[in-house]
Amino acid sequence: MENKTSNTNFFKKFTNKIGSMTETNLLLTITITVFVLMYLGAMLFLQGGFLTPQNFFQMLNENATLIVLACGLSVVMITGGIDISVGGVTGLVTMCSAVYLGEDSSKSMWVVLLIALGIGLAFGVVQGLLVAYLDIQPFIVTLAGMFFAKGMTTIVSTKPTDIKHEGLMALKDTKIVVPGMSYVNSHDIRLDSYVEIGVLIALFVVLVLFVVLRWTKLGRSFYAVGGNSQSALMLGINVKRTKFLSHVLCGLLAGLGGFLFLLHAGSGSPSNGGGYEMNAIASSIIGGTMLTGGVGNIIGTLFGVTSLSTIKTIVASAGLQDGWWTGITVGFMLCLFLVIQSIVVGRKKK
Amino acid sequence: MQKRKISIKNLASKQIIIPLAALLLLVIFNLINDYTFFSIEWGQNAAGGSILTGSIISILDEASELAILAIGMTLVTAASGGQDISVGAGIAITGSATLKIIFNPNFGEGTAVILAILMAVLAGVICGAFNGVLVSAFKIPPMVATLILFTAGRSIGSWILGGGNDNATNGIFLKIGQYIPGIPIPTTILVTAVVIILFALIFKFTNLKLYMQAVGINSQSSRLNGLNPTMIKFLSFVILGICVGICGVLNTSRIGTINHSSCAKDIEMDAILAVALGGNALSGGKFSVTGAILGAYIIQFLQKTLYKIQVPASALYAFKAVVVIVLVIFSAPVVRESISRNWKKLTSKKSSKEVA
Repeated sequence: MENKTSNTNFFKKFTNKIGSMTETNLLLTITITVFVLMYLGAMLFLQGGFLTPQNFFQMLNENATLIVLACGLSVVMITGGIDISVGGVTGLVTMCSAVYLGEDSSKSMWVVLLIALGIGLAFGVVQGLLVAYLDIQPFIVTLAGMFFAKGMTTIVSTKPTDIKHEGLMALKDTKIVVPGMSYVNSHDIRLDSYVEIGVLIALFVVLVLFVVLRWTKLGRSFYAVGGNSQSALMLGINVKRTKFLSHVLCGLLAGLGGFLFLLHAGSGSPSNGGGYEMNAIASSIIGGTMLTGGVGNIIGTLFGVTSLSTIKTIVASAGLQDGWWTGITVGFMLCLFLVIQSIVVGRKKK
Repeated sequence: MQKRKISIKNLASKQIIIPLAALLLLVIFNLINDYTFFSIEWGQNAAGGSILTGSIISILDEASELAILAIGMTLVTAASGGQDISVGAGIAITGSATLKIIFNPNFGEGTAVILAILMAVLAGVICGAFNGVLVSAFKIPPMVATLILFTAGRSIGSWILGGGNDNATNGIFLKIGQYIPGIPIPTTILVTAVVIILFALIFKFTNLKLYMQAVGINSQSSRLNGLNPTMIKFLSFVILGICVGICGVLNTSRIGTINHSSCAKDIEMDAILAVALGGNALSGGKFSVTGAILGAYIIQFLQKTLYKIQVPASALYAFKAVVVIVLVIFSAPVVRESISRNWKKLTSKKSSKEVA
């Protein structure tokens, strides 16, 4: 009897705690819980690759670009906008860099980084100006941005180009050992888990953005503008400038994403970054960022990317060979997340 | 004098001036560049029937799906204040449903076509209802809700067909996407015309347009006025679903087969663009279906013009983007206001000078 009351007390406390959470934190908790459950489930039932730590790190290696893109998108979405040009910008950056480097190893790698950030910045500034100061719908502006980037990519070059630049290749093949995460593979050989340089950069971006969004004036004004731009204006926040900066930031990160893509894939191709914009949006949504603005968290976005990737890996390793299962499962997961979010947020409002 | 001033002002303040001006510019450009662009000649198709050929005919033909989608997309935009990005994937689904029936050897040619069209529309309605429930009942922003079908739709399409992908040999079915013997224009143009007329009649004889605008402008106050915003938003998605179903039939009957990864690619973007070019606010509210249909044809017209001046197909996107940006800049309220203000200043200076 006593036990039962303490149980209900605990339950009450638990629900109270959930009830007192902000929407952002609540959605973040859901995301992380679902990811952990999903990964543990995969470890228990599918075993195989999921039992090795490298499986997790490989997921990060392959998705460094997506993490950076999704972070930029999260900022724009928190501010209440959207940017669907990020995938196109990524492709354009890889293509330009590949054509610039060619087979010449004497050219500087840093120019490539400059190209990447420059292209990203240019897209961000132009789109930001159009969205913030001319008050054009962000979807249309960035749609045009995506078309422009796609078209420019094929104007620069239409054939896939491999990069043979030594410095960049050395950077690409650098493997950073994760301490304490070695494992024994099926041939009884001890292997170290590793991450690529891109992952470190991506995680650094996540960290910086987390700090910016949580503790700086600019970060808080992103939330304020996205939550209610009218009251943000009355609080003395420069709404237009904030919107502009969110797009600049997103563009810049899209450029950086292109650089990371280059570091991972080592080639430029018109098909690079195809569909990344929607993957990034999906990741942000799974991570608890709401398209209506004002709600979202960068850590959630990170988990959104890993969740998305885990689903894909699970589908692939569960023996569902036919190509279409991936799409259907991802769609189903997305649906589940959205409905959960909608119910949770709706209940809280009541 | 006074009267004329007012009429110019009225015309300039109407949003539809932008697509009209764009169309006019394209026409003038083509007239100067190569006036044979507008020539329509008699030719022969593969079956030996005499048909009309020419750029204008092919623009009307190729823009069919886009125009039909633009109608539905306008309604969704108006009522829900968001866009459906799953229409391209939806066409993959409805197209697969169509072909599933067409490939079934148990039906006769005629029955198969009727069943296939019904099946496609049904599949479209199901997709639309799915999106509609998420948007209206679960209050998920349309673009996010439709992201689900956007990611899953093409996969669902290939799942429906089970990977098998033959060429349809059903003669009646292929006539939908090509020519009916004796009629010199593509059937798709006729289908589009019928759909447009149907919608025009619906708008004329029902209150649908008024209700959708009311819900789009302020769903709370429309509810207080006795409308059911949830139902109307849901309805707009179902109507778009029907449009997607029709497009699925048109798209697959053109070549009698479907490529799930590339069929109707990026058509959702073009459809949204058509809505915006037609002078509709993407945030919902008042809308003009005429503008959106015009927008769809402008997009196709532009594409054809770019092909004509030998822009490579892959670089088309960049040019399209530039044109789009110029168009939206000129239709942006901020820009229009400042232009009209400057225009007023200019004219008032002139008149004050005249007075002086």
